Amino acid sequence: MSLGFDLSPHAGFIVGSYAFTALVIGGLIVRALRDNRAQKRALAAFGDGAGERS
Amino acid sequence: MPWLAGMSGLLVAFGLYLTWFVVPPDYQQGETVRIMYIHVPAAWLGVFFYGAMALSAIGTLVWRHPLADVAQRAAAPIGAAFTLICLVTGSLWGKPMWGTYWVWDARLTSMLVLFLIYCGIIALWRTIEDPNRAARAIAILTLVGAVNLPIIKFSVNWWSTLHQPASIMRMGGSSIDPSMLYPLLEMILAFTLLGITLHLYAMRTEILRRRVRALTIREAERLDTGAVPIRPVSAGRTNQGFQTTP
Repeated sequence: MSLGFDLSPHAGFIVGSYAFTALVIGGLIVRALRDNRAQKRALAAFGDGAGERS
Repeated sequence: MPWLAGMSGLLVAFGLYLTWFVVPPDYQQGETVRIMYIHVPAAWLGVFFYGAMALSAIGTLVWRHPLADVAQRAAAPIGAAFTLICLVTGSLWGKPMWGTYWVWDARLTSMLVLFLIYCGIIALWRTIEDPNRAARAIAILTLVGAVNLPIIKFSVNWWSTLHQPASIMRMGGSSIDPSMLYPLLEMILAFTLLGITLHLYAMRTEILRRRVRALTIREAERLDTGAVPIRPVSAGRTNQGFQTTP
């Protein structure tokens, strides 16, 4: 897809910055979701109602 | 929470649209200026979350409010992640603009110190098992580390640095052209809302984690005193189904 401008000669630095940011923020989101699910599962195992809330 | 997440996503998407399709290239930096639209918000959030942690540390030490410790613990990995983004994107911007990935400049070094303090706090949390002891130790460490915040802010004024001085919040107004300033402010707002959303979600998870820990300890104590659960763990709202063995 053309963005309407030419990133060169520093395209690698620009795209690399955005890719790294996306990776870290994506990792934060995935980690948050997985951790939350794990705690809810643990609570559900105790039969605690709070773990069943969304 | 879903509303906050949705608004964060929309603001980030709109900010990215502005960054990639509306913002003109800088007359000196060229297209590389687009890195600033993630570097500056990430730097802001790295400092913002540490400031929030310092306030929470006061809440832990002075009022001993459990939510203060929860807020602090939830903020640390998020602040560390944004500080890391700031360091890496700054480095990737520095190579084409300054000719080097890194210099031991006061601003860069103080941001690296901030990241190391974040790492130290996270490591300390994993080291001390008792949450109350951990909370007090980390609150003290956080307040000591807060000395670094004014150093980060004023490093560009106090020392001769390669990093440019303040260009958004400064006496006499911003030095950035409005065509670049407003998209930058939009990205700062978007990142802030995203960070707050992640923080609130992490706080909810931390509260669940503490409830799991409390239940685990209570069950262990009951088993230790000779009580056995009536039923194994399963669905249901009560966890009071224990009976004493004869």
